[in-house]
Amino acid sequence: MVTPAAAIRKAKQELDEKKQAINPDNLLAMYEMMLKVRRFEEKAGQLYGMGLIGGFCHLYIGQEAVVVGLQDCIKHGDQVITTYRDHAHMVAIGTPMDSIFAELMGRELGCSRGKGGSMHMFDLENKFFGGHGIVGANVPLGTGLAFANKYRDNDHICLDYFGDGATNQGQVYEAFNMASLWKLPVIYVIENNEYAMGTAVARASATTELYRRGEAFGIQGRQVDGMDLFAVRAAGLEAVEYVRGGNGPFILEMKTYRYRGHSMSDPAKYRSKDEVDQVKTNRDPIEHIKEHLLSEKITTEDKLKQMDKGIREDVAQAVERAKASPEPDVSELFTDIYND
Amino acid sequence: MTKQTVRVSLRDAMAEEMRRDNDVFVMGEEVAEYQGAYKVTEGLLAEFGAKRVIDTPITEHGFAGLAVGAAFEGLKPVVEFMTWNFGMQAIDQIINSAAKTNYMSGGQVRCPIVFRGPNGAASRVGAQHSQCYASWYAHCPGLKVIAPYDAASAKGLLKAAIRDPNPVIFLENELLYGESFDVPDDDDYVLPIGKAAVVREGSDVTIVTYSITVGVAQKAAEKLAKEGISAEVIDLRSLRPLDKETVIASVRKTHRLIAVEEGWPLAGIGSEIAAIAMEELFDELDAPVLRVCGKDVPLPYAANLEQLALPQVNDVIDAVRKVCFREEAA
Repeated sequence: MVTPAAAIRKAKQELDEKKQAINPDNLLAMYEMMLKVRRFEEKAGQLYGMGLIGGFCHLYIGQEAVVVGLQDCIKHGDQVITTYRDHAHMVAIGTPMDSIFAELMGRELGCSRGKGGSMHMFDLENKFFGGHGIVGANVPLGTGLAFANKYRDNDHICLDYFGDGATNQGQVYEAFNMASLWKLPVIYVIENNEYAMGTAVARASATTELYRRGEAFGIQGRQVDGMDLFAVRAAGLEAVEYVRGGNGPFILEMKTYRYRGHSMSDPAKYRSKDEVDQVKTNRDPIEHIKEHLLSEKITTEDKLKQMDKGIREDVAQAVERAKASPEPDVSELFTDIYND
Repeated sequence: MTKQTVRVSLRDAMAEEMRRDNDVFVMGEEVAEYQGAYKVTEGLLAEFGAKRVIDTPITEHGFAGLAVGAAFEGLKPVVEFMTWNFGMQAIDQIINSAAKTNYMSGGQVRCPIVFRGPNGAASRVGAQHSQCYASWYAHCPGLKVIAPYDAASAKGLLKAAIRDPNPVIFLENELLYGESFDVPDDDDYVLPIGKAAVVREGSDVTIVTYSITVGVAQKAAEKLAKEGISAEVIDLRSLRPLDKETVIASVRKTHRLIAVEEGWPLAGIGSEIAAIAMEELFDELDAPVLRVCGKDVPLPYAANLEQLALPQVNDVIDAVRKVCFREEAA
């Protein structure tokens, strides 16, 4: 009989093995991507403060390991769909930063030619299907992308991201039911950053173990430390293997944390500064990997500084290109409403 | 020409398009094994199998969203709502996801999907099962909205809807499913979306309508002819895009206009017709435009009240007499 302690030891051992399996170059690349996401979002926050970005703007800072770790688990042609907190997904998927910044600024160079904005961005070439502003709505949409994979009998899967807040929307369970009934290749990724806008999970959810929300439909779930890139990647690989294998959907609850408010207009008075500082100091996903890279001598402090400098330059140049782009031509007002 | 029911014409339209294009599939409640709650999908399961004719759970918001996602990937779903009243559960996915994503994505993400099912009042099913959604959906850019009356329009326009690369709302009528009309013998009979039909020519007044009230207007026109009033009846067929030109050309001839529909009056299709007349035909009109609509009440169950609430032949005749300044016939 396997005791709980033995099971935990075994799980830890397996996790260690998977960590080892990450090729150092790959780990460095993922670190670089996390840093790129963070620098991108910091810049987006600045641009918002300067009035260059309008409307709503939801930043991903603190949550970087989730999207970067999972992106490493999927292959070209797999779909990604998410909510309005979507900048990071695009950066991670390889959308050029200038087209994302330009979209945030409502410029012609934007990925939607300025007609979508922060919450509605798409990159079909890279199979990124948005960017959706209605909480919970992208869950059935992503399930439909997975349905298309099954209909076409290909081996692609869909990563369908949503927040802890969306897990109380009815349509999420409608989607869970059909995904399980029809064994659709979809991974539901719950980015549990502890707050649905200003409401802590426990204040809104009768049960807070969100990875178990698929049990009524026979969907397996796993809770993962979403601040730990290694854990994210290990759980992601396992989920991808399961789902690609034709076993139906899987739920990954990523326990993560956003450092900034819900959106740029949120001063986050519903939580203490100390709470935020504790996470920044003790659980920061980027610092965690940095320590690993240095202690394992995969790279040096100097090289990482150079890397950061390069990213900051790339970000600054992308912003300049976006700023240089004009607003969309007035003729764009009436395009893309219908296709011929 | 073959005489066939609207029900069979709709089924044939789906079957022909499914034979033509493997990306077309049908999903909805009871569409497969039960053969359709109103038997519109009868026989499709036998021909195309369970992969392409899919029974869903009772979960309109969910399966509408799922189908929109499948359409984003390039499949061409035909989603049946058992009635459009149930489709209201899914209206967020229809408008926010299906209608707007092409625009919000700068034309990257298309949504070739058809949502179809019976719309409007049936018979004695009460307020929650009897509502016309024509003006709701016609209001929204990004959608196309079709509301056919006869079997040929039903077939030709459903085929066009399935081939259309945009989300299409297809409003049928339960009471018309069993009605028979002439349908061309052509398995490639496709009608253009956005084109109205003059179903009766006349010279004294134009009656603009769509769906089941086309029949009401035609009966009224027959009776009016006996009074010496020549009414032209226009079946809009498509509500978005709306064929303004046909309406305008007709009113330039008749100089009188009434709009007939089953939906409620406020902000209805009739209101839009009146606005078009105001903007484009101000100097052509010899009388104010009148609307004949469903009464501004939830549809009652009692037979006498239900009849009062819905546009009847006599309501149309009364309105026509008014705009023609005729006294009631003795």
